[in-house]
Amino acid sequence: MNFGFNEEQEQLRAQVRRFLDHRCPIEEVRRVMAAPEGFSRELWGEVAALGWLGLTVPEAYGGTGLQWIDLVVVLEETGRSLFPSPLISNALATSAIVEYGSEAQKSRWLPLMARGERIGTLAILEADAMMPAGGTGLRGVPDGDGFTLTGEKRFVNDPEAADIFIVSFRRGDGADDVGLAVVAADNAGVVAKHYPMIDATKRQGIVTFAGVRVGADEILDCAGGVSAAITRLFDAGAIAVTAEMAGAVDAAIRMTVEYVNQRVQFDRPIGQFQGVKHPLAEMYVDLESFKSLLYYAAWSYDHSREEVSRYASLAKAYATESFVRTGVDSIQLHGAIGFSTACDIQLYFKRSKWARPAYGDAATHYERALALRGV
Amino acid sequence: MDFELAPEEEAFRDEVRSFIREHCPPIEERRKLGADFLQAWWKAVREKRWIGFSWPVDCGGGGGTLIQQFILKTELLAANAPPLGSDYTGLGWVGPAIIQFGSDEQKRRYLPDILDSKSAWCTGYSEPGVGSDLAALQCRAVLDGDEYVVNGQKIWISLAHVGTGIYCMVRTNTEVGKHEGISCLLISLDTPGITVRPIESFAGDHFAHLYNEVFFDDVRVPVKNRIGEEGQGWQIICSALQNERSGIAEVNRHHKALERLIKLAGHSKIAGAPALEDSEMRRRIAAFDARIEAVRLNGLRTLTRQLRGDDTSSAASINKLHNCTLLVEMAETGMELLGGASPYLGDTDASLYKGRWQIGALGWPTTVIGGGTPNVQKNIIAERMLGLPKD
Repeated sequence: MNFGFNEEQEQLRAQVRRFLDHRCPIEEVRRVMAAPEGFSRELWGEVAALGWLGLTVPEAYGGTGLQWIDLVVVLEETGRSLFPSPLISNALATSAIVEYGSEAQKSRWLPLMARGERIGTLAILEADAMMPAGGTGLRGVPDGDGFTLTGEKRFVNDPEAADIFIVSFRRGDGADDVGLAVVAADNAGVVAKHYPMIDATKRQGIVTFAGVRVGADEILDCAGGVSAAITRLFDAGAIAVTAEMAGAVDAAIRMTVEYVNQRVQFDRPIGQFQGVKHPLAEMYVDLESFKSLLYYAAWSYDHSREEVSRYASLAKAYATESFVRTGVDSIQLHGAIGFSTACDIQLYFKRSKWARPAYGDAATHYERALALRGV
Repeated sequence: MDFELAPEEEAFRDEVRSFIREHCPPIEERRKLGADFLQAWWKAVREKRWIGFSWPVDCGGGGGTLIQQFILKTELLAANAPPLGSDYTGLGWVGPAIIQFGSDEQKRRYLPDILDSKSAWCTGYSEPGVGSDLAALQCRAVLDGDEYVVNGQKIWISLAHVGTGIYCMVRTNTEVGKHEGISCLLISLDTPGITVRPIESFAGDHFAHLYNEVFFDDVRVPVKNRIGEEGQGWQIICSALQNERSGIAEVNRHHKALERLIKLAGHSKIAGAPALEDSEMRRRIAAFDARIEAVRLNGLRTLTRQLRGDDTSSAASINKLHNCTLLVEMAETGMELLGGASPYLGDTDASLYKGRWQIGALGWPTTVIGGGTPNVQKNIIAERMLGLPKD
């Protein structure tokens, strides 16, 4: 029984934090988020060299063969520093190929993705932003040994950065008549665009597929069913976003503590007032608590598969409520200065707006957790 | 990160399980056996050294490791087994204080009775003017030869009317800072000069006589009854916080309460429609679920840090806060679901479910106020864990 991180994981955390403090401090975040691409190719190459992109990719395909709990360590730090990059999207796309790809598909894509030479993302959602189950309408019409895809995917993260999309498509009318394909962005008929976001450190938008031809070698063979595979990818997404939220909430609390310790009103630092202390204590209680759920969910992703969905849902739901509240309260505790663009706390507040619906909002996940316990 | 038990831990768990199978029959059978069962159970677990399992072997305890303590507690709760011994206060912190700070004579004199459920210790911390600011306590003890003469008043002393002794914090020095002038005395409740007076709580019959005021009027206490040095009282109070454990018992209670709440929601209506179909109620129930699971896993994280030898005393405040809010909010949600039956007291047709929900909705202050109010816990978290300045 050991519910803590080991020495290697603590070293990994320290390494990631050192790198981000040094190479992507908040001034750099602001510069990168304002640039058209929204992430830095230079930094992407550097984090690939550090092994972050192949963390959960088996060594045989150029990765380090670690687990989701290790990825959580990295994502807590990228969340803390608001590192603008397609890291989560890429991790989910690599997971799809690691778990459901053929030998040929793995050999073709994973080494490139681990090296940072190709970026992947999930293109699963359509009308329903929260949960993919049953919502696939994009048509896949049989075409020789493959399919021709026509339709639109929405709420796609990093649509313009992505070189490949993991696309769900409908192959028949039954609930599980769904397929999953790896589609290269440079295929004729694929058009991706992002929309303006409240949180400029994240990019999200739509991808349209206008008669895009995919061959049999681009279809992922999901033993156990495509719906189950999609559920598992969304569990991974909920875990990944929750990990970034944990880092971001921690940073927002620290930043606010620092501010209320030095801001003097009525002849004392305002951090002395219980009206200031108590909301910060509550934020911290919630942070530590959703972190426990998060770590258990991430551990079970690799070690206790039947428990993942329940704990991913409890973690994402609790974290979402906590982050939204931390975002609002930390602005309030900063007072008027919190409203200015110059103050960094607003960047965390805005991040909570991206994170709320990402891979399912609180209502969706609470409902799923109830359903999973038979209520 | 690894939630599997090591082979020797698994062996211990199996030992506990087979012991429970042998000595702890199903609840209906236990009811038939009545007091005989409890006596036999205490004898059996005492022989196993599972009463005071965390205490050192040379103090009569079991010398159980943290992880063994956790396994034992988990298995006993899962089996709905009766508690290990009846002197909760003695086992919980009076005994540990004697073990850590007491003399050999005190160990010989007090520890066996605690383990044998012969003593019933009470805790003498609060005073009429001293609640959250405990270090300001005033109950005075003045040295006179080889005795202290104690004068003053303690309040909110649970079970003092049936207790054998009071573990009492007194002021022995008024010349030094408030934290430095406190000492800890063990005072037999039959000492002349002690008066115990009941406090009636608003919670009705169920909690009618739980708390007492205790008055000390020239009560003479031998110096050899002092635990530790003069002025060491505050240190003893603080070290009791370190004895906080994984809180698995609270989690078990919350799990059961949530099960009952879901069942109640299944029988109740909100605005004429089934309560379990009400989306706001569903979300509330799921949020309870998330917080209870968080408390459980917080406890496991704390346990891991304890195993590594870290100080986790502040971490206890996090779960204490959760326990308080869960207790109150689940009780109030139950009352809401009872609807028109909720204002009725006692086991009647009108109150429904034997009036249990009403008891919960009235009785939470014993847990929520005792041991530090939620606001005090928030101060502790803000000051000790986040580094905010003291008032």
